[in-house]
Amino acid sequence: MKTHLLPALKLTILSIVFFSVIYPAMVWGIAQLSPTKGNVAWFEHKGKVVGAQLIGQSFTQDQYFQGRPSAAGYNAAASAGSNKGPTNADYLKDVQARIDTFLVHNPGVQKSQIPSDLVTASGSGLDPDISVQGALIQIPRIARIRRISEERLQQLVKEQTKTSPIGGVETVNVLALNAAL
Amino acid sequence: MNTELLGVGLIFLITLVLSIPLGRYMARLYSGERTFLDRILGPVERLFFRISGIDSRREMTWQEHLKALLTINMVWFLWAMFVLTNQSWLPWNPDGNPDMTADLAFNTAISFLVNCNLQHYSGETGVSYFSQIFCLNFLQFVSAGTGMAAAVIVFKAIRDRQTTQLGNFYDFFLKSCTRVLLPLSLIVATVLVFNGTPMNTRGKASYVTMQGDSVQVSQGPAAAMIAIKHIGTNGGGYFGVNSAHPLENPSYLTMIVELLAQTIIPLGMIFALGYYIRNRRFSYMVFGVMTLGFLLLLTPAIYSETQGNPAIAQLGISQPSGAMEGKEVRFGSVASAYWSIITTVISTGSVNSMHDSTMPLSGMAQLLSMMTNAFYGGCGVGILNFYVFIILAVFISGLMVGRTPEFMGKKVEGREMKIAMIVALLHPLLIMAGTAIASYLAANDVSMGWWYLNADGQPNTATAWLNNSGFHGFSEMLYEYTSSSANNGSGFEGLGDNNPFWNITTGICLIFSRFIPIIGPVAIAGLLGSKKYIPESAGTLRTDTGTFGIMVFAVIVILAALAFFPALALGPLAEYFS
Repeated sequence: MKTHLLPALKLTILSIVFFSVIYPAMVWGIAQLSPTKGNVAWFEHKGKVVGAQLIGQSFTQDQYFQGRPSAAGYNAAASAGSNKGPTNADYLKDVQARIDTFLVHNPGVQKSQIPSDLVTASGSGLDPDISVQGALIQIPRIARIRRISEERLQQLVKEQTKTSPIGGVETVNVLALNAAL
Repeated sequence: MNTELLGVGLIFLITLVLSIPLGRYMARLYSGERTFLDRILGPVERLFFRISGIDSRREMTWQEHLKALLTINMVWFLWAMFVLTNQSWLPWNPDGNPDMTADLAFNTAISFLVNCNLQHYSGETGVSYFSQIFCLNFLQFVSAGTGMAAAVIVFKAIRDRQTTQLGNFYDFFLKSCTRVLLPLSLIVATVLVFNGTPMNTRGKASYVTMQGDSVQVSQGPAAAMIAIKHIGTNGGGYFGVNSAHPLENPSYLTMIVELLAQTIIPLGMIFALGYYIRNRRFSYMVFGVMTLGFLLLLTPAIYSETQGNPAIAQLGISQPSGAMEGKEVRFGSVASAYWSIITTVISTGSVNSMHDSTMPLSGMAQLLSMMTNAFYGGCGVGILNFYVFIILAVFISGLMVGRTPEFMGKKVEGREMKIAMIVALLHPLLIMAGTAIASYLAANDVSMGWWYLNADGQPNTATAWLNNSGFHGFSEMLYEYTSSSANNGSGFEGLGDNNPFWNITTGICLIFSRFIPIIGPVAIAGLLGSKKYIPESAGTLRTDTGTFGIMVFAVIVILAALAFFPALALGPLAEYFS
């Protein structure tokens, strides 16, 4: 063991220089060539930064499209999922309460139309997206409050819908959609 | 849903297509042949060896290899302990995060040293940028390199007939880091920074949302660490929720890249073995057995996640995209299920959805992936674990046909068998003993004293560490020890695990479950390597055939999977049937 100790120490120091200084510096250098220059991609609205493009934020008022429930309260400095098991009775009560709240705020919507992503917490607590169905069923509410035609809103949702090239998952970014209102 | 299924099928195909040439490259690299990075990195490596006083051409016996490996690992452990317990005053801590407590630092240092990356802290609040890069990111490189070097020792012992000279540890180790891990990490990091993952030195930023809430956003040098965390099958995330975080894994595209990144080296190692020992049929046998196991675990996970949660279906809403609790919309349920099995068979342990919230059958598939611990596996160590099962299968087949068991022209005798059995039985022992102790404490709701204090410094009782009660609570504890013993690092994260009880017990479990499965196979290979070579004859049991593959698979099922059946029946199975 003694014969290996000194070489191990020296090799460790050199490896730290290589993998903790040179490697991150190279990644940082590459990042300077990217559109965001290694920073968070901010989202501007009316000339002001109101969020980050990739990070979901809390929309509780009825005039906005609402995102998913968040176990982190959309705190982007403390991401968290609920970690509730699928058969947990308290958890199922929470989901029931979210469904009831949604129905109160969206009269006319049938329970069976509510997609599960609107009443279940995301993994990160910062999910920026909802499903297309999740956006569409909120349209009557927004249309009534904002006095915008439902056709116009459907058009907006369509414009904000993104489809992944492989896998075909469709997402609507809630912040971008609300900013487009 | 069907396009999503096609999507994961395509991802697996791309992985396969990439890992075959990578395997050929690694075989050339470890054989000492010329490769394309020689001109740039060759001088760097030679400089490293000259300064360190290492003669990289001096060959070592298996015992010397292990001494070198364990010594340098000890140095890394001390470095990690120092950084984590002193991060508050060390430089580069813009968010002002505090030092880790001794027990948490012990758990974290061990966990990253052994390529497990169990995280009992949260990235945003638990570590400084200095710790992330100089401790965790560093260990992610060298722990993966250690595993790969250990595998190469075994490769060489299989290939070279009758020798005790098995190459140089430092040579295998450094080349793994510089020629494989580094270039691949740079590619992955490039994709990440171009898709929105931050790579800067700034502390938290703040803004006011559209609705008028004030929000802070954690950022920092994330992309570099996220790349090596997958390439090195480490899995320790930069942010608390790992690859479910929108900055750590911004889109479906980055998810594909992160999936490829964690799968190609383990798969590549299988093919590298075939090229290296000049028997590609053997690789196909190994790949076939592993893929069969992988698909058997993947199917129930995808099925139950896409079906959605029956308890939520009863509430009367629709689940067009499957069970969404703990999942991100941009990944969907199919890709999340696929990731959850990839990350558990491969011992990465990064997550893109919360495993605690997956359906009981998926949870069971994740647990079984780690319990068998033989399909694909982590960087290098995957093939070492599988090697143990091969030795066992050779022995059992030999007994069945009534002749001396041989593997690649070497007699497998009592000593090798004892080592193989110890390695194979250690894994269930660690998992069962740990879970038994923890669930005994929880069942009796024992007051834990110093081992588990609450925020006010008062002793908690044991049930307080559970986030869910009943069968699922049992699964949370079972998962934690399984993940530790498989050196995986994912968790049913609802478990309250940042306390001396969990930090210390899982930390000890991690040390055993890393080093014994490295020492064992290297010792077996070294012992076999020094034996006399017996040329192949008509009576030789061929190990590169489908029949032998079925034998290995049977041994894995009997030894690994069935040992855990009672525990699974108490946890996920009971939850499924209730």
